Amino acid sequence: MMFRLAFRNISRNRRRSLMTAALVAMGSLALLVFGGFVTNIFAGLETGIVQNGGHLTVYRSGYFLFGPGNPAAYGIDDHQALMHDIEADPALHAMIEVLTPTQSLVGIAGNFSGGVSASKTFFGVGLIGTDREHMHRWNDYNAGRIYPPDDRLNDPNAPRGVIGRGVARMLGLCAALHVPNCPTPPPQPVPVSTAPPLDAGLADLARDEQGTNATTTGGPKIDLLSATADGAPNIVGLEVAGVDIQSVKEFDDNYIAMPLPLAQQLVYGRGTHKVTAITLQLHHTADMPAARARLEAIIAARHLPLEVRDFRELNPFFVQVVGMFSVIFLFLTLIMGVIVLFAVVNTMTMNVLERTNEIGTVRAMGVRRSGIRRLFLLEGALLGAIGATFGVLLAFAAILAINNGGFHWTPPGNTDPVPFKLAWPTSPGLLLGSWFGLVLVATLATVPPSNRAARSRIVDALRHV
Amino acid sequence: MSEHSNSPVVRLEHVARTYQAGAVSIPAVRDISLDIAPRVFSVIIGPSGSGKTTLLNMIGCIDLPDSGRIEVSGEDVLGLSDNALADFRARHIGYVFQSFNLIPVLSAFENVEYPLLLLGVPPAERRRRTLAMLAAVGLAAQANQRPNELSGGQKQRVAIARALVKQPALVLADEPTANLDSATGASIIALMRQMQAQFHTSFIFSTHDDHLMQQADQIFTIRDGVLVP
Repeated sequence: MMFRLAFRNISRNRRRSLMTAALVAMGSLALLVFGGFVTNIFAGLETGIVQNGGHLTVYRSGYFLFGPGNPAAYGIDDHQALMHDIEADPALHAMIEVLTPTQSLVGIAGNFSGGVSASKTFFGVGLIGTDREHMHRWNDYNAGRIYPPDDRLNDPNAPRGVIGRGVARMLGLCAALHVPNCPTPPPQPVPVSTAPPLDAGLADLARDEQGTNATTTGGPKIDLLSATADGAPNIVGLEVAGVDIQSVKEFDDNYIAMPLPLAQQLVYGRGTHKVTAITLQLHHTADMPAARARLEAIIAARHLPLEVRDFRELNPFFVQVVGMFSVIFLFLTLIMGVIVLFAVVNTMTMNVLERTNEIGTVRAMGVRRSGIRRLFLLEGALLGAIGATFGVLLAFAAILAINNGGFHWTPPGNTDPVPFKLAWPTSPGLLLGSWFGLVLVATLATVPPSNRAARSRIVDALRHV
Repeated sequence: MSEHSNSPVVRLEHVARTYQAGAVSIPAVRDISLDIAPRVFSVIIGPSGSGKTTLLNMIGCIDLPDSGRIEVSGEDVLGLSDNALADFRARHIGYVFQSFNLIPVLSAFENVEYPLLLLGVPPAERRRRTLAMLAAVGLAAQANQRPNELSGGQKQRVAIARALVKQPALVLADEPTANLDSATGASIIALMRQMQAQFHTSFIFSTHDDHLMQQADQIFTIRDGVLVP
């Protein structure tokens, strides 16, 4: 009866109740649509990071702080044994999608062919091509970039690599590689010098270092100069198989990927080949804490001087973006909450005023003060529930329309526009959280008017006209 | 209270009530003592502002005196907490208001059923008693109509049914015929008299209606807050 009475009471002044419920619905719509937008950004960023860098990375202790400047000094000894232990662990094995070693390196890349003379510093990575392709297929949230099949790095013995579009641009390789949106640098005046050309010497060195039995596919060649672990200069030639556009421009301007053996040859020469990192890509991000704990236990059991970092530690940009959008979302939630609060307070205050005589009547009939309070709180909650439910329906309709609208944008961390999509707000935290949150705000907004109604003296209420 | 008890249904001893209007004190009821016999038709009469409604409100436990003692159905109501007083009203006292005061969003049936809900009467029993009471006041056919679909007389019949459905010891009516034409008022008085006889309930009215006064078993006259012989 109380529910029926509450429902009928909010139907008395339909226009007022509709306006209030519409405000609640707008609050719900705004929260869910923005929540879908934020969720999609988080998922897209995370997917991009995990597709390229995995969830967890094992480094030699100290690498995270000091190693990137001198990767050769922070190699992991006997990495095959550690990888074998990781794969043999049943708990970890069940969680791992890809387990792969990588070698980081820094150096100078030069293109001295076909009348071009350009060089620049690079951040390189040596990897196993098939593992990289496997990692690119990770799309747990269905929100990531879809990589086309790519076997350019699959031959571990080929001195062949891919470079960032920025590297291609600066080394004058755009035309040779047929890279779209990649301008060719204007011709530069050739400096007059009596010294023998450096470029010819570098090319000769590279050929001497690698021998002549490498297979090629006819791509342009560049030379990579780096320092070995003991500080000696080392050089290799690299056939550029194409570009691999990186999402962050600074990274794209310095990125070169190559097969792991080639990177190891460049860093370690004829010495013992190590790796910089062992990367674990998991089936699901939710497994990360458990996988990390297990991994750290294995490392501790073997007394290895290694450390484990997760993708959030390695990508502070991701954490910053998550933090920024979370604060914006919180701010929006507060604004919506305040709007709903005032709308419901106003409506329920009017309802209490209009029904003062009725409150006196039912109190005279034996309804307790708490009964009056409960009735009005229920009415506020009902208004909130109707509005929030309508808002959920509106949000789903809006997201459907936006996702099929063919919109594009360039999200943070991307270099190219991508389809503008909103995640369906199906996570319990967002959907139920916003629904219950708005209903709670609407209910709380009814507390002052309901208290006023409950506190009124019966004889005064009965006299009210 | 037992049906056959002859103890007064209402007993007031030296009851006084003063209202404050700013700095001004207005004594509405001064030192009234009275006994109202059970199962009778009692009327409180007096000019406007004489204190009839205040007296009726205190008997009905919706207003409390500044001093004195009030006993209803043998219970000293001034010793009850707010919740206990609400429960006491729900069990023992029915009200009929001058402006009917039906709940507009409920049908006639639901309005009459409402007091039984407060008492926790089971649904089947509730339905049976509600339908019987609507039939008793001649509104069985209007059970599903809302108050705005009823005439003034029909509304007051619903109000009477609502007051009586829980079979209270006492029904209070504050000028129940004031908003009705004389013919309808007469039929309402007749109905209440019939109900009083049928349900052995005590009725206490405040009124200016001569016709109602003629029906009374017991008349109390109040003037300037005191009972006059």
